Amino acid sequence: MTSPAIEFDDVCFRYDRGALEMAFDASIPAGSITAVMGPSGSGKSTLFALLAGFEQPQRGEIRIGAIDVTRLAPAERPISVVFQDNNLFAHLDVAANIALGQGAREAKSTAGKEQVSDALARVGLGGFERRRPASLSGGERQRVAMARALVRAKPVLLLDEPFAALGPGLREEMRALIANLHGQNALTTLIITHQPEDARAICDRILYVEQGSIRANEPTQSMFERADLAGWRDYLGTN
Amino acid sequence: MRVYRADPLDIAFGIAALAIILGIVGFAVAGLLVAAGADASRSTASDAYTVRVVRFTLWQAGLSTLLSLAFALPLARALARRPHFAGRAWILRLFAVPLGLPAIVAALGIIAIWGRQGVVNDAYRWLGAEQPISVYGLPGILIAHVFFNMPLATRLLLAALERVPAEYWRNAAQLGLSAGTVFRLIEWPAMARVIPGIAGLVFMLCATSFTLVLLLGGGPAATTIEVAIYQALRFDFDPPRAVTLALIQIALTGALLGVLALLPRPEEGRGEGALPRRFDARSPGALAVDVLVIGLGLVFVAAPLAATLISGLAADLIALLREALVQRALVTSLLIAGAAACLSVVMAGMIARARHAAGGARRYRFAASGLRTSLAGAGLLILLVPPVVLGAGWFLVLRDHVDPFAAAPAIVVVVNALMALPFALRVLEPAYAGHMMRTERLSLSLGLSRMRRLLRVDLPALAPTVGAAFAFSMALSLGDLGAIALFGSQDLVTLPYLLLQRMGSYRTDDAAGLALILGFLCLLFMIAGTRYGGGSARER
Repeated sequence: MTSPAIEFDDVCFRYDRGALEMAFDASIPAGSITAVMGPSGSGKSTLFALLAGFEQPQRGEIRIGAIDVTRLAPAERPISVVFQDNNLFAHLDVAANIALGQGAREAKSTAGKEQVSDALARVGLGGFERRRPASLSGGERQRVAMARALVRAKPVLLLDEPFAALGPGLREEMRALIANLHGQNALTTLIITHQPEDARAICDRILYVEQGSIRANEPTQSMFERADLAGWRDYLGTN
Repeated sequence: MRVYRADPLDIAFGIAALAIILGIVGFAVAGLLVAAGADASRSTASDAYTVRVVRFTLWQAGLSTLLSLAFALPLARALARRPHFAGRAWILRLFAVPLGLPAIVAALGIIAIWGRQGVVNDAYRWLGAEQPISVYGLPGILIAHVFFNMPLATRLLLAALERVPAEYWRNAAQLGLSAGTVFRLIEWPAMARVIPGIAGLVFMLCATSFTLVLLLGGGPAATTIEVAIYQALRFDFDPPRAVTLALIQIALTGALLGVLALLPRPEEGRGEGALPRRFDARSPGALAVDVLVIGLGLVFVAAPLAATLISGLAADLIALLREALVQRALVTSLLIAGAAACLSVVMAGMIARARHAAGGARRYRFAASGLRTSLAGAGLLILLVPPVVLGAGWFLVLRDHVDPFAAAPAIVVVVNALMALPFALRVLEPAYAGHMMRTERLSLSLGLSRMRRLLRVDLPALAPTVGAAFAFSMALSLGDLGAIALFGSQDLVTLPYLLLQRMGSYRTDDAAGLALILGFLCLLFMIAGTRYGGGSARER
């Protein structure tokens, strides 16, 4: 699987109620892990929604690799999304939740079932197939969602605050898992996070969003060294 | 956790309210039991008529529940799949109207649409059919019950669907799930969780339905227990049969309440924030199905309401309002409803305060907990002993001592107050608990006297809620035909009772005009209650 670059070209979006207006260009290198950071309400989740196809821009173009995905339905985009919460259907067991990432025929096949078990093993949950989401911890549920993303085998992975509900130990584990899976699959990965240490630990780049605009899109190291971006320093609390 | 001492005066008022309610209901039930003992030889629960009535009660309630849910399911699904179209909010508001409409008013609208001279039968005849659909008997009862309960079930199912986390819809869209899979994995599990509770609620409402069955029942073959009690007392003067039926009704409602207590209670609220976007059902076929389903549901609910409005406006309202008997009925209705609402709100206030005080008790916790439970149960006692049964009990208690009709106004007020009590409590109690959470510490720290706190802190803060509870109680009492059907006479005429008389004497224009006036008044109070109370207590 070759991971594609992501391009936002003159994208303009506004909610019906006018709560937020976004206008931006951005380029995400292929195979990178990018932290999307910014204050609450700045537009991080909207950027994800535009990329995943949950919202449609009023203007502009979104490309993944060579494909213009701007008007494609969410399922048609080469993207997997792991939300902060509610990734799993509570009444289905873990295997059935992961199998939703496969085609119906594939899910019933022996190979499909092996793929599910393999994905679970890769996220450290081997043998969890018959467990119900309610019996899992927050971290384990996130891992199952990651396993489903692996089964879907889409080249772009969006993680919407995947560490938000996790304690420090689980957070560390989850970061290691993401870094490990990224190393194995070289997915182009975007992670919404509020924690600088998440970005420092695993991200190549930081995309800083403020008031609907992308104020910076730089390698992690140089981003943390920037002193000229007042909003960014305020956000980090280092002013 | 609260650490203050429970106010003994609040507890005392609560115990007084409990004693009054238990006294009112207890006397009625005791009257029934005594009468049953005295007349045991003349009527049994196993005679053919009683068995038939009980069987029909359960049969029509079961069918009504099934039909209401069968229509509500696709309608709720269609509305949930289309969260953002012009007029959706108005459709949902329209679906709340039957909840605030007196059953007798709705029955007139249903007859106008489904009756022999109604729109449906006109269309039926136009198509060449000779035998029109009869609105009297089981079909009419079912249509009326579906009219009342399908919108309620739709709103509750819709709320369940709208509580599904937005991520589920996004996940479904991202995974490219088909409409069938979305239904199987998301929609059905969300609805299935609340269906037992909704079915139980609708079954309970239909099993204790009185007015609709009285108006549309059409003879002994289509009579429910409550209507049979009424007929036994008012027409056949057969108290033993009324007693037997009343005791069966209490046993039935007791069993139903027991089952309902075990089922998850459906809630209307859907949480905060905007409605989640749906990404499924984008195909023209799905859109056509949803438009058809919503359109049919809309017409089914709106047509009887429109018919009531149109025929009411066609009546000579001015002449009607000039009629002395109408004026007397209007004033009597307002006085009875006002008194019942006052009584209901005062009792609800006493219960809410006592339950709150008992909840914070540091000593005698077992007794306090028992009092809280008893007060909660007392507030709902009318569900166990419905108004017609309560009225029948009091009728039998009084008949040996005084003329029951002489005490009729007081009995109607008390029965209506008890009938409205569960709704008044549902409005007042959470608001009172929230208010106390916000102000109790401050009031105590300021050392405010009980009266000063009541006048300066509690009443001003709770005035809108008290007003809402009063408005709900007023609307319910205004439209009620339960107790007044038993105790109404030439000396005691309320608007619903007068409407029933005019319908009985085929003065349809007058009936239509009265229905419009009554419906307008009830909806006015219901809207006022909803506006200040933040939702319909009746649904809750």
